[in-house]
Amino acid sequence: MNRTAHVGRTARRGRELSFVPNYVVLVLLLIFSLGPLVIMAFNSVKSRTEIGDNPLGWPRDFAWGNYSRAWDVGNFSTTTVNSALLVAGTVVGVLLLGGMAAYSLAKLDLAGAGALMLFLLVVSSLPIHLFLVPLFVLWREIKLINTFFGLIVIYIALNAPLAIFLLRSYMIQLPRDFEDAARVDGANEWQVFSKIVVPLSWPGFLTVGLVVALSVWNEFLLATVFLQDEDKFTVVTSYQNFATRFSRDWSLTSAASVMMIIPILAIFLTFQRRFIDGLTQGGTKG
Amino acid sequence: MQESAVLTRPRAEVQRRRWSRAVYRRKVVPWLFVLPVLLINLAVVVGPALGAVYYSMTDWSGIGAADFIGLENYRELLFDDPSFKNAFVNNLIWLALFLTVPIAMGLIAASLLAPIKRGALFFRMAFFIPYVLPSVIVAHLWTALINPDRGLVGWLNERGVPGMDAAYLGREETVLPAIAFIDNWHWWGFLMVLFLAGMQNIPPDLYEAARLDGANRWQEFRDVTIPGIRPVLVFMLLMSSIWSFLTFDYIWIITQGGPGGASEVLSVLVFKNAFQNFEAGYAAAIGITMSLLVGVVISMFVVLRRRGWEI
Repeated sequence: MNRTAHVGRTARRGRELSFVPNYVVLVLLLIFSLGPLVIMAFNSVKSRTEIGDNPLGWPRDFAWGNYSRAWDVGNFSTTTVNSALLVAGTVVGVLLLGGMAAYSLAKLDLAGAGALMLFLLVVSSLPIHLFLVPLFVLWREIKLINTFFGLIVIYIALNAPLAIFLLRSYMIQLPRDFEDAARVDGANEWQVFSKIVVPLSWPGFLTVGLVVALSVWNEFLLATVFLQDEDKFTVVTSYQNFATRFSRDWSLTSAASVMMIIPILAIFLTFQRRFIDGLTQGGTKG
Repeated sequence: MQESAVLTRPRAEVQRRRWSRAVYRRKVVPWLFVLPVLLINLAVVVGPALGAVYYSMTDWSGIGAADFIGLENYRELLFDDPSFKNAFVNNLIWLALFLTVPIAMGLIAASLLAPIKRGALFFRMAFFIPYVLPSVIVAHLWTALINPDRGLVGWLNERGVPGMDAAYLGREETVLPAIAFIDNWHWWGFLMVLFLAGMQNIPPDLYEAARLDGANRWQEFRDVTIPGIRPVLVFMLLMSSIWSFLTFDYIWIITQGGPGGASEVLSVLVFKNAFQNFEAGYAAAIGITMSLLVGVVISMFVVLRRRGWEI
Protein backbone atom coordinates (compact mmCIF):
# COMPACT_ATOMS: atom_id res chain seq x y z
CA MET A 1 0.00 0.00 0.00
CA ASN A 2 2.68 2.37 1.13
CA ARG A 3 4.86 1.23 -1.64
CA THR A 4 2.30 1.71 -4.39
CA ALA A 5 1.56 5.20 -3.06
CA HIS A 6 5.25 5.96 -3.25
CA VAL A 7 5.54 4.58 -6.74
CA GLY A 8 2.49 6.61 -7.72
CA ARG A 9 4.07 9.75 -6.37
CA THR A 10 7.36 9.34 -8.20
CA ALA A 11 5.49 8.49 -11.36
CA ARG A 12 3.47 11.64 -10.96
CA ARG A 13 6.57 13.67 -10.25
CA GLY A 14 8.22 12.18 -13.33
CA ARG A 15 5.20 13.19 -15.32
CA GLU A 16 5.25 16.73 -13.99
CA LEU A 17 8.95 16.95 -14.78
CA SER A 18 8.23 15.92 -18.33
CA PHE A 19 5.92 18.94 -18.55
CA VAL A 20 8.77 21.39 -17.96
CA PRO A 21 9.16 22.10 -21.70
CA ASN A 22 5.42 22.76 -21.84
CA TYR A 23 5.69 25.33 -19.08
CA VAL A 24 8.72 26.99 -20.68
CA VAL A 25 6.86 27.58 -23.96
CA LEU A 26 3.67 28.60 -22.20
CA VAL A 27 5.49 31.17 -20.08
CA LEU A 28 7.10 32.63 -23.21
CA LEU A 29 3.65 32.91 -24.78
CA LEU A 30 2.38 34.46 -21.55
CA ILE A 31 5.05 37.15 -21.77
CA PHE A 32 4.07 37.72 -25.39
CA SER A 33 0.37 38.08 -24.46
CA LEU A 34 0.57 40.15 -21.31
CA GLY A 35 3.97 41.87 -21.66
CA PRO A 36 2.66 44.65 -23.93
CA LEU A 37 -0.17 45.34 -21.48
CA VAL A 38 2.27 45.55 -18.58
CA ILE A 39 4.44 47.97 -20.56
CA MET A 40 1.34 50.02 -21.27
CA ALA A 41 0.42 50.14 -17.57
CA PHE A 42 3.99 51.25 -16.69
CA ASN A 43 4.02 53.91 -19.37
CA SER A 44 0.70 55.32 -18.25
CA VAL A 45 2.39 56.74 -15.14
CA LYS A 46 5.65 57.95 -16.70
CA SER A 47 6.39 61.55 -17.55
CA ARG A 48 7.03 62.39 -21.20
CA THR A 49 10.72 62.87 -20.52
CA GLU A 50 11.08 59.58 -18.69
CA ILE A 51 9.32 57.58 -21.41
CA GLY A 52 12.03 58.67 -23.89
CA ASP A 53 14.91 56.90 -22.14
CA ASN A 54 12.88 54.28 -20.26
CA PRO A 55 10.20 53.09 -22.70
CA LEU A 56 9.71 49.61 -21.27
CA GLY A 57 10.72 49.32 -17.62
CA TRP A 58 9.28 50.08 -14.20
CA PRO A 59 8.41 53.81 -13.79
CA ARG A 60 10.92 55.84 -11.71
CA ASP A 61 8.48 58.43 -10.47
CA PHE A 62 4.76 58.18 -10.80
CA ALA A 63 3.10 60.89 -12.87
CA TRP A 64 -0.49 60.17 -11.92
CA GLY A 65 -1.45 63.45 -13.54
CA ASN A 66 -1.41 61.63 -16.90
CA TYR A 67 -4.75 60.13 -15.98
CA SER A 68 -6.59 63.36 -15.28
CA ARG A 69 -5.03 64.91 -18.39
CA ALA A 70 -6.11 61.93 -20.51
CA TRP A 71 -9.58 62.06 -18.98
CA ASP A 72 -9.94 65.70 -20.07
CA VAL A 73 -8.21 65.52 -23.45
CA GLY A 74 -10.01 62.30 -24.37
CA ASN A 75 -13.32 63.85 -23.24
CA PHE A 76 -14.07 60.70 -21.28
CA SER A 77 -16.84 62.31 -19.21
CA THR A 78 -18.93 62.52 -22.39
CA THR A 79 -17.73 59.46 -24.29
CA THR A 80 -18.19 57.07 -21.37
CA VAL A 81 -21.82 58.11 -21.10
CA ASN A 82 -22.28 57.74 -24.87
CA SER A 83 -20.77 54.26 -24.93
CA ALA A 84 -22.78 53.23 -21.88
CA LEU A 85 -26.01 54.41 -23.55
CA LEU A 86 -25.23 52.41 -26.70
CA VAL A 87 -24.34 49.31 -24.69
CA ALA A 88 -27.44 49.55 -22.49
CA GLY A 89 -29.81 50.21 -25.39
CA THR A 90 -28.38 47.42 -27.50
CA VAL A 91 -28.27 44.86 -24.70
CA VAL A 92 -31.87 45.57 -23.67
CA GLY A 93 -33.02 45.47 -27.29
CA VAL A 94 -31.16 42.28 -28.18
CA LEU A 95 -32.25 40.46 -25.04
CA LEU A 96 -35.90 41.52 -25.40
CA LEU A 97 -36.36 41.08 -29.15
CA GLY A 98 -33.88 38.23 -29.51
CA GLY A 99 -35.34 36.52 -26.45
CA MET A 100 -38.85 36.77 -27.89
CA ALA A 101 -37.73 35.29 -31.20
CA ALA A 102 -35.78 32.54 -29.44
CA TYR A 103 -38.85 31.72 -27.34
CA SER A 104 -40.99 31.43 -30.45
CA LEU A 105 -38.42 29.16 -32.14
CA ALA A 106 -37.84 26.99 -29.08
CA LYS A 107 -41.28 26.73 -27.51
CA LEU A 108 -44.05 27.74 -29.92
CA ASP A 109 -44.25 25.52 -32.95
CA LEU A 110 -43.54 28.36 -35.30
CA ALA A 111 -44.60 27.51 -38.83
CA GLY A 112 -41.50 28.07 -40.96
CA ALA A 113 -39.00 27.85 -38.10
CA GLY A 114 -36.40 26.19 -40.32
CA ALA A 115 -36.70 28.88 -42.97
CA LEU A 116 -36.39 31.58 -40.34
CA MET A 117 -33.23 30.02 -38.89
CA LEU A 118 -31.73 29.82 -42.37
CA PHE A 119 -32.68 33.44 -42.98
CA LEU A 120 -30.96 34.53 -39.76
CA LEU A 121 -27.88 32.48 -40.63
CA VAL A 122 -27.60 34.09 -44.07
CA VAL A 123 -28.27 37.59 -42.73
CA SER A 124 -25.65 37.23 -40.02
CA SER A 125 -23.00 36.08 -42.48
CA LEU A 126 -23.40 38.95 -44.97
CA PRO A 127 -20.38 41.25 -44.83
CA ILE A 128 -20.99 44.69 -43.33
CA HIS A 129 -19.20 46.31 -46.24
CA LEU A 130 -21.86 44.90 -48.57
CA PHE A 131 -24.72 46.90 -47.07
CA LEU A 132 -22.81 49.70 -45.36
CA VAL A 133 -23.19 52.35 -48.08
CA PRO A 134 -26.93 51.92 -48.81
CA LEU A 135 -27.59 51.64 -45.08
CA PHE A 136 -25.76 54.92 -44.50
CA VAL A 137 -27.78 56.63 -47.22
CA LEU A 138 -31.05 55.20 -45.90
CA TRP A 139 -30.22 56.31 -42.34
CA ARG A 140 -29.34 59.76 -43.64
CA GLU A 141 -32.70 60.00 -45.46
CA ILE A 142 -34.68 59.09 -42.34
CA LYS A 143 -32.51 61.30 -40.11
CA LEU A 144 -30.98 58.54 -37.99
CA ILE A 145 -27.36 59.55 -38.62
CA ASN A 146 -25.75 60.96 -35.48
CA THR A 147 -28.45 59.53 -33.24
CA PHE A 148 -27.86 56.86 -30.63
CA PHE A 149 -31.20 55.30 -31.50
CA GLY A 150 -30.15 54.84 -35.13
CA LEU A 151 -26.93 53.08 -34.21
CA ILE A 152 -28.63 50.98 -31.53
CA VAL A 153 -31.10 49.68 -34.13
CA ILE A 154 -28.17 48.62 -36.34
CA TYR A 155 -26.38 46.95 -33.43
CA ILE A 156 -29.57 45.09 -32.48
CA ALA A 157 -29.98 43.80 -36.03
CA LEU A 158 -26.39 42.60 -36.23
CA ASN A 159 -26.23 41.03 -32.76
CA ALA A 160 -29.69 39.48 -32.69
CA PRO A 161 -29.07 36.38 -34.87
CA LEU A 162 -26.29 35.04 -32.65
CA ALA A 163 -28.29 35.89 -29.52
CA ILE A 164 -31.25 33.99 -30.94
CA PHE A 165 -29.18 30.89 -31.69
CA LEU A 166 -27.66 30.83 -28.20
CA LEU A 167 -30.90 31.60 -26.34
CA ARG A 168 -32.87 29.13 -28.42
CA SER A 169 -30.46 26.30 -27.66
CA TYR A 170 -30.72 27.27 -23.99
CA MET A 171 -34.53 27.41 -23.93
CA ILE A 172 -34.95 24.13 -25.77
CA GLN A 173 -33.42 22.32 -22.79
CA LEU A 174 -35.99 23.72 -20.35
CA PRO A 175 -38.72 21.27 -19.28
CA ARG A 176 -42.18 22.13 -20.59
CA ASP A 177 -44.04 21.34 -17.35
CA PHE A 178 -43.97 24.86 -15.89
CA GLU A 179 -45.12 26.49 -19.09
CA ASP A 180 -47.93 24.01 -19.62
CA ALA A 181 -49.10 24.48 -16.06
CA ALA A 182 -49.18 28.24 -16.58
CA ARG A 183 -51.06 27.86 -19.86
CA VAL A 184 -53.65 25.65 -18.18
CA ASP A 185 -54.05 28.40 -15.59
CA GLY A 186 -54.92 30.78 -18.40
CA ALA A 187 -51.63 32.61 -18.92
CA ASN A 188 -51.10 34.00 -22.41
CA GLU A 189 -47.84 33.46 -24.30
CA TRP A 190 -46.40 36.81 -23.30
CA GLN A 191 -46.92 35.94 -19.65
CA VAL A 192 -45.43 32.49 -20.12
CA PHE A 193 -42.41 34.11 -21.80
CA SER A 194 -41.81 36.90 -19.33
CA LYS A 195 -42.82 35.19 -16.08
CA ILE A 196 -41.55 31.65 -16.65
CA VAL A 197 -39.14 31.16 -19.54
CA VAL A 198 -37.03 34.29 -19.00
CA PRO A 199 -36.48 33.67 -15.25
CA LEU A 200 -35.60 30.04 -15.97
CA SER A 201 -33.10 30.88 -18.70
CA TRP A 202 -31.42 33.85 -17.03
CA PRO A 203 -27.91 32.33 -17.29
CA GLY A 204 -28.32 32.27 -21.07
CA PHE A 205 -29.51 35.88 -21.03
CA LEU A 206 -26.57 36.90 -18.84
CA THR A 207 -24.05 35.25 -21.19
CA VAL A 208 -25.59 36.85 -24.27
CA GLY A 209 -25.83 40.22 -22.52
CA LEU A 210 -22.14 40.15 -21.60
CA VAL A 211 -21.01 39.15 -25.08
CA VAL A 212 -23.18 41.79 -26.75
CA ALA A 213 -22.06 44.46 -24.27
CA LEU A 214 -18.42 43.69 -25.02
CA SER A 215 -18.88 43.77 -28.78
CA VAL A 216 -20.77 47.10 -28.66
CA TRP A 217 -18.30 48.71 -26.23
CA ASN A 218 -15.41 47.76 -28.55
CA GLU A 219 -17.12 48.39 -31.89
CA PHE A 220 -15.22 50.67 -34.26
CA LEU A 221 -16.43 50.75 -37.89
CA LEU A 222 -20.14 51.48 -37.45
CA ALA A 223 -19.57 53.93 -34.62
CA THR A 224 -17.12 55.81 -36.86
CA VAL A 225 -19.55 55.96 -39.77
CA PHE A 226 -22.83 56.61 -37.98
CA LEU A 227 -21.81 58.96 -35.14
CA GLN A 228 -19.79 61.82 -36.62
CA ASP A 229 -20.55 64.67 -34.20
CA GLU A 230 -17.74 65.00 -31.72
CA ASP A 231 -20.14 65.14 -28.75
CA LYS A 232 -21.61 61.78 -29.87
CA PHE A 233 -18.25 59.97 -30.08
CA THR A 234 -17.93 56.68 -28.23
CA VAL A 235 -14.97 55.81 -26.06
CA VAL A 236 -13.47 53.92 -28.99
CA THR A 237 -13.95 56.49 -31.76
CA SER A 238 -12.85 59.31 -29.48
CA TYR A 239 -9.76 57.32 -28.52
CA GLN A 240 -8.95 56.76 -32.19
CA ASN A 241 -9.25 60.50 -32.83
CA PHE A 242 -7.18 61.44 -29.84
CA ALA A 243 -4.53 58.73 -30.19
CA THR A 244 -3.94 59.79 -33.79
CA ARG A 245 -3.59 63.46 -32.74
CA PHE A 246 -1.33 62.71 -29.76
CA SER A 247 0.51 59.72 -31.20
CA ARG A 248 3.84 61.13 -29.99
CA ASP A 249 2.57 61.46 -26.42
CA TRP A 250 2.82 57.83 -25.41
CA SER A 251 2.20 58.36 -21.70
CA LEU A 252 -1.07 60.15 -22.46
CA THR A 253 -2.38 57.46 -24.84
CA SER A 254 -1.30 54.75 -22.38
CA ALA A 255 -3.22 56.36 -19.54
CA ALA A 256 -6.31 56.64 -21.75
CA SER A 257 -5.93 52.98 -22.78
CA VAL A 258 -5.67 51.80 -19.20
CA MET A 259 -8.83 53.70 -18.30
CA MET A 260 -10.67 52.06 -21.20
CA ILE A 261 -9.38 48.58 -20.44
CA ILE A 262 -10.02 48.50 -16.70
CA PRO A 263 -13.83 48.18 -16.87
CA ILE A 264 -13.50 45.53 -19.60
CA LEU A 265 -10.97 43.51 -17.62
CA ALA A 266 -12.95 43.82 -14.37
CA ILE A 267 -16.11 42.48 -15.96
CA PHE A 268 -14.22 39.87 -18.00
CA LEU A 269 -12.38 38.49 -14.98
CA THR A 270 -15.59 38.41 -12.90
CA PHE A 271 -17.57 36.50 -15.50
CA GLN A 272 -14.64 34.74 -17.12
CA ARG A 273 -16.21 31.37 -17.76
CA ARG A 274 -19.45 32.87 -19.04
CA PHE A 275 -17.54 35.15 -21.40
CA ILE A 276 -15.34 32.41 -22.78
CA ASP A 277 -18.30 30.08 -23.23
CA GLY A 278 -20.40 32.75 -24.92
CA LEU A 279 -17.65 33.99 -27.20
CA THR A 280 -16.44 30.56 -28.23
CA GLN A 281 -19.96 29.31 -28.86
CA GLY A 282 -20.45 32.44 -30.91
CA GLY A 283 -17.33 31.54 -32.84
CA THR A 284 -18.36 28.01 -33.59
CA LYS A 285 -22.06 28.51 -34.14
CA GLY A 286 -21.93 31.69 -36.18
CA MET B 1 -87.07 22.42 -36.79
CA GLN B 2 -87.19 26.10 -36.06
CA GLU B 3 -85.97 25.44 -32.60
CA SER B 4 -82.89 23.54 -33.73
CA ALA B 5 -81.97 26.24 -36.25
CA VAL B 6 -82.01 28.78 -33.46
CA LEU B 7 -79.82 26.49 -31.43
CA THR B 8 -77.27 25.65 -34.12
CA ARG B 9 -76.49 29.18 -35.21
CA PRO B 10 -74.88 30.31 -31.97
CA ARG B 11 -73.17 26.96 -31.59
CA ALA B 12 -71.54 27.32 -35.01
CA GLU B 13 -70.53 30.82 -34.12
CA VAL B 14 -68.98 29.70 -30.86
CA GLN B 15 -67.14 26.96 -32.67
CA ARG B 16 -65.87 29.33 -35.32
CA ARG B 17 -64.74 31.81 -32.72
CA ARG B 18 -63.01 29.07 -30.79
CA TRP B 19 -61.36 27.85 -33.96
CA SER B 20 -60.12 31.31 -34.93
CA ARG B 21 -58.75 31.81 -31.44
CA ALA B 22 -56.83 28.57 -31.78
CA VAL B 23 -55.46 29.68 -35.15
CA TYR B 24 -54.48 33.00 -33.61
CA ARG B 25 -52.73 31.29 -30.75
CA ARG B 26 -50.97 28.60 -32.79
CA LYS B 27 -50.15 30.40 -36.01
CA VAL B 28 -50.21 34.13 -35.41
CA VAL B 29 -48.75 34.53 -31.92
CA PRO B 30 -45.49 32.70 -32.75
CA TRP B 31 -44.93 35.10 -35.63
CA LEU B 32 -45.71 38.13 -33.47
CA PHE B 33 -42.79 37.08 -31.27
CA VAL B 34 -40.31 37.01 -34.17
CA LEU B 35 -41.75 39.97 -36.07
CA PRO B 36 -39.70 42.79 -34.41
CA VAL B 37 -36.36 41.09 -35.06
CA LEU B 38 -37.43 40.23 -38.57
CA LEU B 39 -38.44 43.81 -39.39
CA ILE B 40 -35.22 45.25 -37.95
CA ASN B 41 -33.12 42.82 -39.97
CA LEU B 42 -35.05 43.60 -43.13
CA ALA B 43 -34.49 47.33 -42.62
CA VAL B 44 -30.83 47.16 -41.61
CA VAL B 45 -29.44 44.26 -43.62
CA VAL B 46 -31.71 42.84 -46.31
CA GLY B 47 -33.05 46.08 -47.77
CA PRO B 48 -29.65 47.80 -47.95
CA ALA B 49 -28.03 44.60 -49.29
CA LEU B 50 -30.55 44.49 -52.14
CA GLY B 51 -29.99 48.21 -52.60
CA ALA B 52 -26.27 47.50 -52.97
CA VAL B 53 -27.00 45.12 -55.85
CA TYR B 54 -28.80 47.92 -57.69
CA TYR B 55 -26.36 50.71 -56.79
CA SER B 56 -23.43 48.57 -57.91
CA MET B 57 -24.80 49.02 -61.44
CA THR B 58 -25.01 52.79 -61.20
CA ASP B 59 -22.78 55.82 -61.32
CA TRP B 60 -23.67 57.45 -58.03
CA SER B 61 -21.97 59.86 -55.66
CA GLY B 62 -24.07 58.79 -52.67
CA ILE B 63 -26.23 61.92 -52.86
CA GLY B 64 -28.96 62.59 -55.40
CA ALA B 65 -29.85 60.52 -58.45
CA ALA B 66 -28.01 57.36 -59.48
CA ASP B 67 -27.34 56.82 -63.21
CA PHE B 68 -27.84 53.23 -64.29
CA ILE B 69 -24.75 52.08 -66.18
CA GLY B 70 -25.17 48.29 -66.18
CA LEU B 71 -22.03 46.32 -65.46
CA GLU B 72 -19.62 49.17 -66.17
CA ASN B 73 -18.42 49.32 -62.54
CA TYR B 74 -17.55 45.64 -62.61
CA ARG B 75 -15.74 46.00 -65.94
CA GLU B 76 -13.70 48.87 -64.56
CA LEU B 77 -13.02 46.92 -61.36
CA LEU B 78 -11.73 43.83 -63.11
CA PHE B 79 -9.86 45.35 -66.05
CA ASP B 80 -9.03 49.02 -65.44
CA ASP B 81 -8.41 49.44 -61.73
CA PRO B 82 -4.93 48.47 -60.51
CA SER B 83 -5.91 49.34 -56.92
CA PHE B 84 -8.55 46.59 -56.98
CA LYS B 85 -6.04 43.98 -58.09
CA ASN B 86 -3.54 45.21 -55.52
CA ALA B 87 -6.16 45.01 -52.75
CA PHE B 88 -7.26 41.56 -53.84
CA VAL B 89 -3.68 40.27 -53.75
CA ASN B 90 -3.28 41.79 -50.29
CA ASN B 91 -6.40 39.93 -49.14
CA LEU B 92 -4.82 36.71 -50.47
CA ILE B 93 -1.59 37.40 -48.55
CA TRP B 94 -3.68 38.07 -45.45
CA LEU B 95 -5.49 34.77 -46.08
CA ALA B 96 -2.19 32.86 -46.34
CA LEU B 97 -0.93 34.43 -43.11
CA PHE B 98 -4.11 33.78 -41.11
CA LEU B 99 -4.51 30.20 -42.31
CA THR B 100 -1.05 29.39 -40.95
CA VAL B 101 0.42 31.53 -38.18
CA PRO B 102 -2.46 31.85 -35.67
CA ILE B 103 -3.68 28.32 -36.38
CA ALA B 104 -0.22 26.92 -35.68
CA MET B 105 0.21 29.04 -32.55
CA GLY B 106 -3.21 28.04 -31.27
CA LEU B 107 -2.56 24.36 -31.93
CA ILE B 108 0.87 24.38 -30.30
CA ALA B 109 -0.23 26.27 -27.21
CA ALA B 110 -3.39 24.20 -26.80
CA SER B 111 -1.57 20.90 -27.12
CA LEU B 112 1.02 22.04 -24.56
CA LEU B 113 -1.71 23.26 -22.22
CA ALA B 114 -4.11 20.32 -22.56
CA PRO B 115 -2.17 17.74 -20.52
CA ILE B 116 -1.13 19.99 -17.62
CA LYS B 117 -3.25 20.68 -14.56
CA ARG B 118 -1.41 23.27 -12.51
CA GLY B 119 -2.09 26.80 -13.74
CA ALA B 120 -4.07 25.64 -16.76
CA LEU B 121 -7.00 27.96 -16.06
CA PHE B 122 -4.66 30.88 -15.49
CA PHE B 123 -2.88 30.38 -18.81
CA ARG B 124 -6.18 30.00 -20.62
CA MET B 125 -7.45 33.28 -19.18
CA ALA B 126 -4.19 35.14 -19.87
CA PHE B 127 -4.06 34.05 -23.52
CA PHE B 128 -7.68 35.07 -23.96
CA ILE B 129 -7.33 38.61 -22.55
CA PRO B 130 -5.99 40.27 -25.73
CA TYR B 131 -9.06 39.02 -27.59
CA VAL B 132 -11.46 41.07 -25.45
CA LEU B 133 -9.59 44.37 -25.90
CA PRO B 134 -10.82 47.04 -28.34
CA SER B 135 -9.01 47.04 -31.69
CA VAL B 136 -8.07 50.73 -31.37
CA ILE B 137 -6.09 50.09 -28.19
CA VAL B 138 -4.27 47.04 -29.51
CA ALA B 139 -3.48 48.89 -32.73
CA HIS B 140 -2.06 52.01 -31.07
CA LEU B 141 -0.21 50.06 -28.41
CA TRP B 142 1.64 47.96 -30.97
CA THR B 143 2.19 50.90 -33.31
CA ALA B 144 4.15 52.49 -30.47
CA LEU B 145 5.96 49.25 -29.59
CA ILE B 146 7.02 48.62 -33.19
CA ASN B 147 8.32 52.16 -33.69
CA PRO B 148 12.11 51.92 -34.26
CA ASP B 149 12.76 55.22 -32.43
CA ARG B 150 11.15 54.15 -29.21
CA GLY B 151 9.16 51.21 -27.86
CA LEU B 152 10.20 47.60 -27.94
CA VAL B 153 11.75 47.59 -31.40
CA GLY B 154 13.68 50.76 -30.58
CA TRP B 155 14.93 49.26 -27.33
CA LEU B 156 16.08 46.09 -29.08
CA ASN B 157 17.65 48.18 -31.84
CA GLU B 158 19.71 50.18 -29.34
CA ARG B 159 21.08 46.92 -27.99
CA GLY B 160 22.16 45.85 -31.45
CA VAL B 161 19.59 43.14 -32.11
CA PRO B 162 19.67 42.57 -35.87
CA GLY B 163 16.59 43.35 -37.95
CA MET B 164 15.24 45.88 -35.45
CA ASP B 165 16.30 49.04 -37.25
CA ALA B 166 13.39 49.23 -39.69
CA ALA B 167 10.10 51.06 -39.55
CA TYR B 168 8.07 47.96 -40.28
CA LEU B 169 4.79 49.84 -40.48
CA GLY B 170 6.24 52.50 -42.75
CA ARG B 171 7.77 50.33 -45.46
CA GLU B 172 5.79 48.97 -48.39
CA GLU B 173 7.40 45.52 -48.25
CA THR B 174 6.73 44.90 -44.56
CA VAL B 175 3.62 46.87 -43.67
CA LEU B 176 1.06 44.15 -44.38
CA PRO B 177 2.77 41.35 -42.39
CA ALA B 178 3.42 43.87 -39.60
CA ILE B 179 -0.30 44.71 -39.32
CA ALA B 180 -1.14 41.01 -39.55
CA PHE B 181 1.26 40.41 -36.66
CA ILE B 182 -0.61 42.97 -34.54
CA ASP B 183 -4.04 41.59 -35.47
CA ASN B 184 -2.79 38.09 -34.73
CA TRP B 185 -1.54 39.12 -31.29
CA HIS B 186 -5.15 39.66 -30.23
CA TRP B 187 -6.55 36.73 -32.28
CA TRP B 188 -4.48 33.58 -31.69
CA GLY B 189 -5.53 33.17 -28.02
CA PHE B 190 -9.15 32.86 -29.12
CA LEU B 191 -8.23 29.97 -31.43
CA MET B 192 -6.16 28.44 -28.63
CA VAL B 193 -9.19 28.36 -26.31
CA LEU B 194 -11.37 26.77 -29.00
CA PHE B 195 -8.76 24.12 -29.79
CA LEU B 196 -8.16 23.47 -26.09
CA ALA B 197 -11.86 22.83 -25.51
CA GLY B 198 -11.79 20.35 -28.40
CA MET B 199 -8.69 18.58 -27.07
CA GLN B 200 -10.17 18.22 -23.61
CA ASN B 201 -13.01 16.23 -25.14
CA ILE B 202 -10.66 13.62 -26.61
CA PRO B 203 -10.91 10.41 -24.52
CA PRO B 204 -7.62 9.82 -22.61
CA ASP B 205 -7.75 6.11 -23.64
CA LEU B 206 -6.76 7.12 -27.15
CA TYR B 207 -3.53 8.65 -25.85
CA GLU B 208 -2.87 5.60 -23.65
CA ALA B 209 -3.34 3.34 -26.66
CA ALA B 210 -1.03 5.48 -28.79
CA ARG B 211 1.61 5.41 -26.04
CA LEU B 212 1.33 1.63 -25.78
CA ASP B 213 1.94 1.45 -29.50
CA GLY B 214 5.14 3.39 -28.91
CA ALA B 215 4.04 6.69 -30.42
CA ASN B 216 6.17 9.74 -29.67
CA ARG B 217 4.72 13.19 -28.92
CA TRP B 218 4.63 14.25 -32.56
CA GLN B 219 2.86 11.04 -33.60
CA GLU B 220 0.36 11.48 -30.76
CA PHE B 221 -0.30 15.02 -31.95
CA ARG B 222 -0.68 13.96 -35.59
CA ASP B 223 -2.67 10.77 -35.10
CA VAL B 224 -4.78 11.49 -32.02
CA THR B 225 -5.00 15.22 -31.33
CA ILE B 226 -5.57 16.54 -34.85
CA PRO B 227 -8.25 13.97 -35.80
CA GLY B 228 -9.85 14.55 -32.39
CA ILE B 229 -10.37 18.28 -32.95
CA ARG B 230 -11.00 18.03 -36.68
CA PRO B 231 -14.51 19.58 -36.65
CA VAL B 232 -13.48 22.76 -34.82
CA LEU B 233 -10.20 22.96 -36.75
CA VAL B 234 -11.91 22.77 -40.12
CA PHE B 235 -14.59 25.20 -39.02
CA MET B 236 -12.00 27.75 -37.94
CA LEU B 237 -10.08 27.31 -41.20
CA LEU B 238 -13.32 28.10 -43.02
CA MET B 239 -14.09 31.12 -40.83
CA SER B 240 -10.50 32.39 -41.13
CA SER B 241 -10.81 32.21 -44.91
CA ILE B 242 -14.08 34.15 -44.85
CA TRP B 243 -12.82 36.78 -42.43
CA SER B 244 -9.62 37.23 -44.43
CA PHE B 245 -11.67 38.69 -47.27
CA LEU B 246 -13.52 41.02 -44.88
CA THR B 247 -10.69 42.25 -42.64
CA PHE B 248 -10.86 45.98 -41.94
CA ASP B 249 -10.36 47.39 -38.44
CA TYR B 250 -6.65 46.92 -37.84
CA ILE B 251 -5.59 48.02 -41.31
CA TRP B 252 -7.82 51.07 -41.27
CA ILE B 253 -6.77 52.13 -37.79
CA ILE B 254 -3.05 51.63 -38.30
CA THR B 255 -2.32 52.76 -41.87
CA GLN B 256 -5.63 53.46 -43.68
CA GLY B 257 -4.15 51.32 -46.47
CA GLY B 258 -0.81 53.13 -46.76
CA PRO B 259 1.97 53.66 -47.46
CA GLY B 260 1.19 54.00 -51.15
CA GLY B 261 -1.61 51.44 -51.04
CA ALA B 262 0.73 48.72 -49.78
CA SER B 263 -1.73 47.63 -47.08
CA GLU B 264 -4.96 48.32 -48.96
CA VAL B 265 -7.52 45.52 -48.86
CA LEU B 266 -11.00 45.35 -50.43
CA SER B 267 -12.85 46.65 -47.36
CA VAL B 268 -10.55 49.68 -47.25
CA LEU B 269 -11.34 50.36 -50.91
CA VAL B 270 -15.07 50.24 -50.15
CA PHE B 271 -14.62 52.73 -47.33
CA LYS B 272 -12.42 55.11 -49.33
CA ASN B 273 -14.64 55.04 -52.41
CA ALA B 274 -17.83 55.51 -50.43
CA PHE B 275 -16.84 58.12 -47.89
CA GLN B 276 -13.78 59.88 -49.33
CA ASN B 277 -14.06 59.73 -53.15
CA PHE B 278 -17.89 59.85 -53.22
CA GLU B 279 -18.04 56.91 -55.64
CA ALA B 280 -20.82 55.11 -53.79
CA GLY B 281 -21.88 53.05 -56.82
CA TYR B 282 -18.34 51.82 -57.34
CA ALA B 283 -17.99 51.10 -53.62
CA ALA B 284 -21.16 49.01 -53.78
CA ALA B 285 -19.67 46.99 -56.65
CA ILE B 286 -16.58 46.23 -54.54
CA GLY B 287 -18.84 45.26 -51.62
CA ILE B 288 -20.74 42.84 -53.88
CA THR B 289 -17.43 41.39 -55.11
CA MET B 290 -16.33 40.80 -51.51
CA SER B 291 -19.58 38.97 -50.81
CA LEU B 292 -19.12 36.83 -53.92
CA LEU B 293 -15.61 35.90 -52.76
CA VAL B 294 -17.07 34.81 -49.43
CA GLY B 295 -19.68 32.84 -51.38
CA VAL B 296 -16.91 31.13 -53.37
CA VAL B 297 -15.12 30.14 -50.14
CA ILE B 298 -18.30 28.67 -48.67
CA SER B 299 -19.16 26.78 -51.88
CA MET B 300 -15.65 25.32 -52.08
CA PHE B 301 -16.12 24.08 -48.54
CA VAL B 302 -19.50 22.54 -49.39
CA VAL B 303 -18.17 20.91 -52.59
CA LEU B 304 -15.17 19.40 -50.79
CA ARG B 305 -17.50 18.01 -48.16
CA ARG B 306 -19.81 16.53 -50.82
CA ARG B 307 -16.81 14.91 -52.48
CA GLY B 308 -16.36 12.92 -49.32
CA TRP B 309 -13.64 14.91 -47.60
CA GLU B 310 -14.09 14.37 -43.92
CA ILE B 311 -14.61 18.00 -43.04
